[in-house]
Amino acid sequence: MAFQEIVLPQATVTAPSITERLHDLVVTVDHKKLGLMYIGTALIFLIVAGSLAGAIRMQLVVPNNDLISPQVFNRLFTMHGTSMVFLVGMPIIAGLMNYLVPLMIGARDMAFPRLNAFGYWMFLFGGLLLYFSYLGAPGLSGHGSAPDVGWFAYAPLTGRAFSRGHSTDYWILALFVSGIGSMVSAVNVIVTTVSMRCKGMTLMRMPLFVWLNLVVSGMILLALPPLTAAQIMLLLDRFLGATFFDTQAGGSAVLWQHFFWIFGHPEVYILIIPGFACISEIVPVFSRKPIFGYPIMVAATVMIGAISVSVWAHHMFSVGMTSVGNTFFAISTFLVGVPTGIKIFNWLGTMYGGKIRLENPMLFCLGFLFQFLIAGLTGIMLAVAPFNWQLTDSYFVVAHFHYTLVGGFLFAMFAGIYYWYPKATGRRLSRRLGRWHFWLFLIGFHLTFDPQHVAGILGMPRRIFTYDAGRGWEIYNLISSAGAVFQAAGLLFLVANLVLSLRRGERAGDDPWDAWTLEWATTSPPAEYNFERLPAVRSRRPLWDLKHPEDPDWKYE
Amino acid sequence: MTNEDTLTTPLSSAEWRLPSRRKMAVACLIFTETAMFTIFVVAYLFYLGKSLTGPYPNQVLETPILSTICLLGSSLTIVFAERALRRENRGRFQFWWMITIFLAAVFLGGTALEWKRLITVHHLTISTNLFGTTFYSLVGLHATHVVVGLTLLGLVLFLSLRGHLKKPHHEHVEMISWYWHFVDAVWVVVFTVVYIIGR
Repeated sequence: MAFQEIVLPQATVTAPSITERLHDLVVTVDHKKLGLMYIGTALIFLIVAGSLAGAIRMQLVVPNNDLISPQVFNRLFTMHGTSMVFLVGMPIIAGLMNYLVPLMIGARDMAFPRLNAFGYWMFLFGGLLLYFSYLGAPGLSGHGSAPDVGWFAYAPLTGRAFSRGHSTDYWILALFVSGIGSMVSAVNVIVTTVSMRCKGMTLMRMPLFVWLNLVVSGMILLALPPLTAAQIMLLLDRFLGATFFDTQAGGSAVLWQHFFWIFGHPEVYILIIPGFACISEIVPVFSRKPIFGYPIMVAATVMIGAISVSVWAHHMFSVGMTSVGNTFFAISTFLVGVPTGIKIFNWLGTMYGGKIRLENPMLFCLGFLFQFLIAGLTGIMLAVAPFNWQLTDSYFVVAHFHYTLVGGFLFAMFAGIYYWYPKATGRRLSRRLGRWHFWLFLIGFHLTFDPQHVAGILGMPRRIFTYDAGRGWEIYNLISSAGAVFQAAGLLFLVANLVLSLRRGERAGDDPWDAWTLEWATTSPPAEYNFERLPAVRSRRPLWDLKHPEDPDWKYE
Repeated sequence: MTNEDTLTTPLSSAEWRLPSRRKMAVACLIFTETAMFTIFVVAYLFYLGKSLTGPYPNQVLETPILSTICLLGSSLTIVFAERALRRENRGRFQFWWMITIFLAAVFLGGTALEWKRLITVHHLTISTNLFGTTFYSLVGLHATHVVVGLTLLGLVLFLSLRGHLKKPHHEHVEMISWYWHFVDAVWVVVFTVVYIIGR
């Protein structure tokens, strides 16, 4: 069966004006446009929050530096952390899910397109609200600027006595608003996946990307409400004089920690599992083999989702829980290593004996595999409660979670961007610029975060705005800051590549990677209605069946 | 013409049916709301007996029997209304629907009177002590859901009186009743925690 690009007759209409295009963006309910808007906005926030991290590294490059005041430093790491989690991580996964889930399951749109648009605008205004705090937080009282309480905002720092002005209120409301966006988009993904699959797309024939994001959406529904509830309580504390987290009135600061991490720990799985989802689609295509152990992958994901709601207090070993509590949370945390290990072995099993093509998406996948493995191992180390008592709140922890979120999550997202950009735009990204991006970012990543493990073990606490000379931390901080320059350069190559390839990129055609899932069956970019006729599938790799009628998958599944 | 041709090769004749989108969405909503209420209930239980000053629950709380009967009864009447709508009996539907609204309003009125008594007689506000903090936030969150439910019920009544509500809308109305049953179920938990265990 020959593949041909559908060439639409080029009507002689004038290109839409900029006003018309903007208007279209504002009123659109198309899942593909919204998906790209999510990802585009997330990339802008990535650059903003990345710059904040750059400022942090500039301050820490030498000991006794007074470039940035401690107050400004507190705002920097708070805004950096909050933005990266809520305004970069969450929207980028929401964007990928929005763009890809309907295409992969052969649907014309999400189940609730208008709700989908509502979710995007909630996220955007949540983000703007957070950054408006720089101007708005002083309010009438004249105190405060951007939030400076850290991304997990422990009580009593957030109490009215210690956080004057409205900076904490902006933090609460921004997260509240963007959280509503995440929740409606999760509902949408679940309903779309359950109720809109094309003919023949049984649950066990869904692409792993869809399966994993279905689990993630369920986790969002379970994990975000605790944060929302805790924020409502904090608002009541701050505005109505309630005493939830006010220790002087008998309230408990530890309760906030529990509530926050009941959200916070599933949250990191919510971020990393969509990363797994991209890897699970890309590795098979570039190894020329179907994914190894599909049912086990699904089971492992559900297992991670289930275990992830019972591990939260491993963030709180140093708070003084009972030994039973410590043991429970240490064991449950070790348990997560099992399904995660299964996944890593399955990806390796997929590559084993395959004809590996080292295209850019695959390069990022390989980077992901190595880095995420190390991130997982330091995670297991930190789950050992006595070890954790030594290293909690040190740069070792900082290095660990940046390994998961940059080395793991962000690399997987880059892989996804390189893999699906041709589908979304009809053009390929430049291979050469992509290599530059990969190598610069990889080198920068390791320069920045590898030495932080050592600095942490040597006792450097996180969130300090400066440090004395002679503690042996200087060289590690210097290397770390140098790495940030490489990362920034790598990101510049990505941005340049994204922009330049839009016009000048090589035409991609419908199926540039010779892939197997349904999104490659339609045009690039897909028409507003996705598929001219809704497809029907008989196996997990419908396009393989199509290209190889003599040996289709459905004969074996 | 294109590759879709082979992709649409007919399957076995088994019909391809998937769950209703509406039901899935409301089920998701109820799931996520349950998670939120759980946190407030946990906070209530955690702070039970930890107030540093009075008034304490056993001194001021009275069991709201009438309100509870009304709210639980409204779960029953909404089922009657739904059944009437399915049988296209508009008069009967509107009758039971109005009864439901009345019962919900009585419940809210009961809460209002209770709060008024607590505030004016016992001087218990949200900032008095941990009991006030957790009591008003948990019961208030539930009451907020009753207000939302009441708005939805009122909207349906308005549409029905204007003659816009037909048999095809049965599932829409059914979803509102799902939500309403959820609000009732939450009340059973709140009632148990606040008025039975909490005293």
